[in-house]
Amino acid sequence: MRHTLAVLVENNPGVLARVAGLFSRRGYNIDSLAVGRTDNPAISRMTIVVEGDDRVLEQVTKQLHKLIDVIKISDITADEYVDRELVLIKVNAGPEKRGEIMQIADIFRARIVDLGRRTMILECTGNEGKIRAFEESLKPYGIKELVRTGKIAMLRGSRYTSINTNGSREDE
Amino acid sequence: MKKSGAQILVDCLREQGVDTIFGYPGGAVLPIYDALYDADIRHILTRHEQGAAHAADGYARASGRPGVCLATSGPGATNLVTGIANAYMDSVPLVAFTGQVVTSQLGKDSFQEADITGITLPITKHNYLVKDVRDLARVIKEAFYIATTGRPGPVLVDIPKDVSSTQTEYEDPGPVNLPGYRPVLEPSAEQLNRAAEAIARAERPVIYAGGGVVYSGAHRELRRFAELILAPVATTLMGLGGFPGDHPLALGMLGMHGSKYANFAVCECDLLIAVGVRFDDRVTGKLESFASQARIMHIDIDPAEIGKNVRVDIPLVGDVKRVLSALIERLEAKLPGAWQEKIQTWKKEYPITYEENGHLKPQHVIREIYRVTKGQARITTEVGQHQMWAAHYYTYTRPRTFISSGGLGTMGFGLPAAIGVQVACPGEIVFDIAGDGSIQMNIQELATAVNYDLPVKVAILDNGYLGMVRQWQELFYNRRYSYSELVNPDFVKLAEAYGAVGMRVEKPADVRPALEQALATSKPVLMDFVIEREENVLPFVPPGESLDRMLG
Ligand SMILES: Cc1ncc(C[n+]2csc(CCOP(=O)(O)OP(=O)(O)O)c2C)c(N)n1
Repeated sequence: MRHTLAVLVENNPGVLARVAGLFSRRGYNIDSLAVGRTDNPAISRMTIVVEGDDRVLEQVTKQLHKLIDVIKISDITADEYVDRELVLIKVNAGPEKRGEIMQIADIFRARIVDLGRRTMILECTGNEGKIRAFEESLKPYGIKELVRTGKIAMLRGSRYTSINTNGSREDE
Repeated sequence: MKKSGAQILVDCLREQGVDTIFGYPGGAVLPIYDALYDADIRHILTRHEQGAAHAADGYARASGRPGVCLATSGPGATNLVTGIANAYMDSVPLVAFTGQVVTSQLGKDSFQEADITGITLPITKHNYLVKDVRDLARVIKEAFYIATTGRPGPVLVDIPKDVSSTQTEYEDPGPVNLPGYRPVLEPSAEQLNRAAEAIARAERPVIYAGGGVVYSGAHRELRRFAELILAPVATTLMGLGGFPGDHPLALGMLGMHGSKYANFAVCECDLLIAVGVRFDDRVTGKLESFASQARIMHIDIDPAEIGKNVRVDIPLVGDVKRVLSALIERLEAKLPGAWQEKIQTWKKEYPITYEENGHLKPQHVIREIYRVTKGQARITTEVGQHQMWAAHYYTYTRPRTFISSGGLGTMGFGLPAAIGVQVACPGEIVFDIAGDGSIQMNIQELATAVNYDLPVKVAILDNGYLGMVRQWQELFYNRRYSYSELVNPDFVKLAEAYGAVGMRVEKPADVRPALEQALATSKPVLMDFVIEREENVLPFVPPGESLDRMLG
């Protein structure tokens, strides 16, 4: 089963290497990992998607907790959450195909962010299913290049997985 | 007041109560060595940085205080790696300082540059590269705090040369603030109640105790706990001394080279109380059959150990000493019954013994060391057969008296560790029980012992083989002794060349007089015991077998 973890870490150099190294060393597979600063510049948030049964997940979580830079880990898999990924796709788009591709972009609420003589770059955000469908519908035109950010996620409603600014934990 | 980074380091070490460091100089740490020149800190110059790390490790294990080592950048730093990994595997509080090239040269493959924080990422509890001298005092404070609290472990601090030489306005960093690091010390009351209930119900309890007992200083609590519930106590290699080896409830070591009675007891118990252990594969044997009739209770300060290797029915996360004290309060004394009787019968039926045949036996040498030192010595070991014999034939009654590389199994650990132990325990007898193979991995540290008048005794059990390797080749590779036979130097002459005393013993009758003579000298002594060549360590559970399938 795939799990989505929201991990708050201190924004120290090397913290990504520590987290990634922990996964590879113990043979756990990361499906996706997205990192960025939070509203507090001293704290970053990682969204990690990892494959494994409950036992594996328990170990992953415990081992992550051992890292001094890791402040908080929430497994939000079973909760209601919003998740997004951003994809950029460069697709073959000769003049005769552009209309079709623009229609597809419309359907997926994607945006055209670059137009070349024979190619287009499209940008699309959404959850994994939508991104996959978008990619599938562009495949027939010939995808030249594709890049995805990895998933970021946030709990719905009033619950949250952050901490308050003095560094102490705040319960959901 | 302005201070250099090096001066800040020295002052912080004093503040942490550090009186001794083990190290080796080089270009990148010259500012630090210059500051040490006037400092009120003892510096032991080892002959190899690996020796410095193991000596600091031995110092920590014997004293309970953090060990400190120092090395220069590049090769000096990488030479520490085995010592750091060793401390990591055995949860030893160690703080390692390394020099680094100046910050402007970082990442350019500069002379003697090694990414030591990158290299030691998986073998440290935490590590730091200090890029600004204003961070140094805070980092050092955090390093000691992290190394010594919770589950102890090594922390490395890498200090570029410009950071140690830059002057700065010194500011006290204030209290440690690590939002992500909060070791759990107190067990949950609910789990304690569950545990107490399970213990009260158990008919055949067994305690399996490890290094966590020793590190948390819980040996008295463990003893009271065991006596209260009349549970026999098996220890891991790391746990030896955590429970008195001469106690009627003592089962000695369990696992691959454990006693038969310890392994039988674990196989038949209905409640296994694991205390400060990590279910190493050398202990459990085949996992499916390990304590297969038992509920498993696991007491550990590191939550990540719970359920890592075996299923745990009753987890108790917290400091071992506090957990045991809290449990004792909740328990009533048990009365002896059939289980205790059965244990005693096993102990009588399957004692750990060897065959005397007139030749010099390694077991005999260790028994004699025990007698001559009246069981009061601190024993370090290298790795191999001699290590297991040292575990079986010397009785450890006090914690921190058996100091051995358990998790990593590092040949070359014993002699430098003995040096660290002797520094920590100046008036005591310190013996390194060694193999002829292992001793040659860090034999240069004899020079350190001589240099600092550290009267360590080294007993080489010399079988002319990498004995443990030979034993496996005998049992599993049809006696094809592929590259396990050794051609050795003359150890007596070698000892003398180093300025130590050398002795050779070839007959059983000569063992005791030689040991007495060795103890009578205040110099380091290297004793070459020429033992029976193909003696095996028994009992022996072949790897991957269940614990009751023992050879011997
Ligand atoms: C650094 C290192 N290299 C290799 C090994 C593998 N190893 C384990 S025991 C052993 C043989 C040890 O021989 P010796 O020191 O003579 O001791 P004996 O077994 O004969 O008592 C070896 C090579 C090890 N544990 N450590």
